Amino acid sequence: MINIPSTLKISLRALRVNKMRSALTMLGIVIGVGAVIAMLAVGEGASQKIADQIASIGSNLLIILPGSTSSGGVRMGSGTQTTLTMGDTDAILRECPAVADVAPEHGGVAQIVYGNQNWSTGIRGTTPNMLNVREWQLSSGRPFTGQEVKSGAKVCLLGQIVVDNLFGDIDPTGQVVRIKKVPFIVIGVLAPKGQSLTGQDQDDTIFVPITAAQKQLFGTQFPGMVRLIHVKAKSAEDLDAAEKQITELLRQRHRIGSKQENDFTVRNLTQLMQTQEESSKVMALLLGAIASVSLIVGGIGIMNIMLVSVTERTREIGIRMAVGARTWDIRLQFIIEALTLSLIGGVIGIIIGVGGSKILSAFAEWPTIISPFYVVLAFCFSGLVGIFFGFYPAYKASLLDPIDALRFE
Amino acid sequence: MPLIDTNEITKIYQLGDISVKALCAVSFSIENGEFIAIMGPSGSGKSTFMNILGCLDKPTSGRYLLEGTDVGSLGRDELAAIRNKKIGFVFQGFNLLSRTSALENVELPMLYNGVTAKERRQMAMSALKSVGLEGREHHYPNQLSGGQQQRVAVARALVNNAPIILADEPTGNLDTKTSAEIMGLFTKLNAESNITIILITHEPDIAEYSKRIIKFRDGCIVTDEANKKIRVKDND
Repeated sequence: MINIPSTLKISLRALRVNKMRSALTMLGIVIGVGAVIAMLAVGEGASQKIADQIASIGSNLLIILPGSTSSGGVRMGSGTQTTLTMGDTDAILRECPAVADVAPEHGGVAQIVYGNQNWSTGIRGTTPNMLNVREWQLSSGRPFTGQEVKSGAKVCLLGQIVVDNLFGDIDPTGQVVRIKKVPFIVIGVLAPKGQSLTGQDQDDTIFVPITAAQKQLFGTQFPGMVRLIHVKAKSAEDLDAAEKQITELLRQRHRIGSKQENDFTVRNLTQLMQTQEESSKVMALLLGAIASVSLIVGGIGIMNIMLVSVTERTREIGIRMAVGARTWDIRLQFIIEALTLSLIGGVIGIIIGVGGSKILSAFAEWPTIISPFYVVLAFCFSGLVGIFFGFYPAYKASLLDPIDALRFE
Repeated sequence: MPLIDTNEITKIYQLGDISVKALCAVSFSIENGEFIAIMGPSGSGKSTFMNILGCLDKPTSGRYLLEGTDVGSLGRDELAAIRNKKIGFVFQGFNLLSRTSALENVELPMLYNGVTAKERRQMAMSALKSVGLEGREHHYPNQLSGGQQQRVAVARALVNNAPIILADEPTGNLDTKTSAEIMGLFTKLNAESNITIILITHEPDIAEYSKRIIKFRDGCIVTDEANKKIRVKDND
């Protein structure tokens, strides 16, 4: 039967008496909690940014590039060989069970003209499957159809950057643009995706049916040649299986002997980024852990001050014991005092941590995310620090001999 | 059944290799409603005896029965509960909490026995009134005179309706006039509320207010006799 409200009142009064000391003691916790929150916010922001980029390139994505050519021992870069075909694309979708969808790509950079405006950008000849593989929405219009791909129709989908540069405020749908002087009808606009991980603007692009790109715009060394193939695996777990199945299939189709090297490369972009995301999470936790060291240092500050306070107030403790305070009455009084210090410090720390990360994201343009979970965690942790470091001084106080305590000068 | 009954209480302090005998086999009993003065020179063991009576200390050997309860067998918290309910302390140095109002000082013992805040306030107010400090409830100890501070301490000792008040040289820091006032207060409490009062004093004047005087020397009771000429009021 311990009187919590009165004990709380006693503790608060004791803290008010030494305002400066209480404030300085709190400062340790304030800095600790503030640092933990700011660090976690920065870390969380960084991994969220990467996660967004993963989402923007399309999840579970594999990219198949042709191999490098070599002439007289000089090896050219990846993609210089032209070994991938439309046939490969169809075969992958047909024969690899781990693959959900496939889209070929053939294209290059070309000038596009509308009215008196012109712009140069990457033209991607592809199939309607591309929108699914890359998880790309349309902000207006319609995708091109399988029929339009077959017939090599001169239609195109514009990325937002292209629209901004050529059309300004005009609705591009239904307008005619000229790509390499060939007129194309704009049938839709791609929804903006923002920058890719490498800083490339993904919205600076034009989609056309692959047949149109092959026949009208860029030409091919042989019929049905594609520059690369985008593959969507059924799930993140299927990525490895899909990579293996594709490699096996393409080696067969390209008649590569068991001792020969592949004439293509399969790149797992999603996995690459997930690794980055994970490492940024580890980084955030590491920063948080370092910051929480300062929280512990703050806790030691509390313990130090509480020990001083117990010594200073030995006589008070003696009086309380003489009039009937029991062990836990005394203990709770000092624990609540330490807890109050650490919790008030925690609240101020949260305010400073949240404010600090907002300022950081405003001025340094770092993305920061304040997760309520971490705020609650930091608050609880500060409380725990208070109880933990308050216990020993409280324990010491409760074990004082009442007679000695009363005589203490 | 006597209120207090001690049987061959000894207290030995161990100071390094030397053991100091502070009390040697003290046996006596106190009935309800007595007013006792304990006298003796410094180091005679009277304070040690008082601490044991007040359940602040335990005897090395011997038995101490308080209202029939063997105090020697009780733990820390049980002793605290006894101090809370049965014994009120008045000290030479007042021992009030500074930066705490008179009212809150008097409320202090009730913080530890589950009395509600409202009741606490009421009881503390009436205790302060009974020691004549009405209107000074919100004064802080440093705003009160020595005599007034000691009255607050007496009110604190009274507030839980404890049957015993133990006063350790309550007038040691007070002038003659104020001492007389405090002693008058004790006499009144003893007579009107039948509170057993045990006080330690050096001064024969003060001891004269009591009904029974016990003298200590070298840890033993040397005399224990009724006071023949009880002083009721200060002869002013």
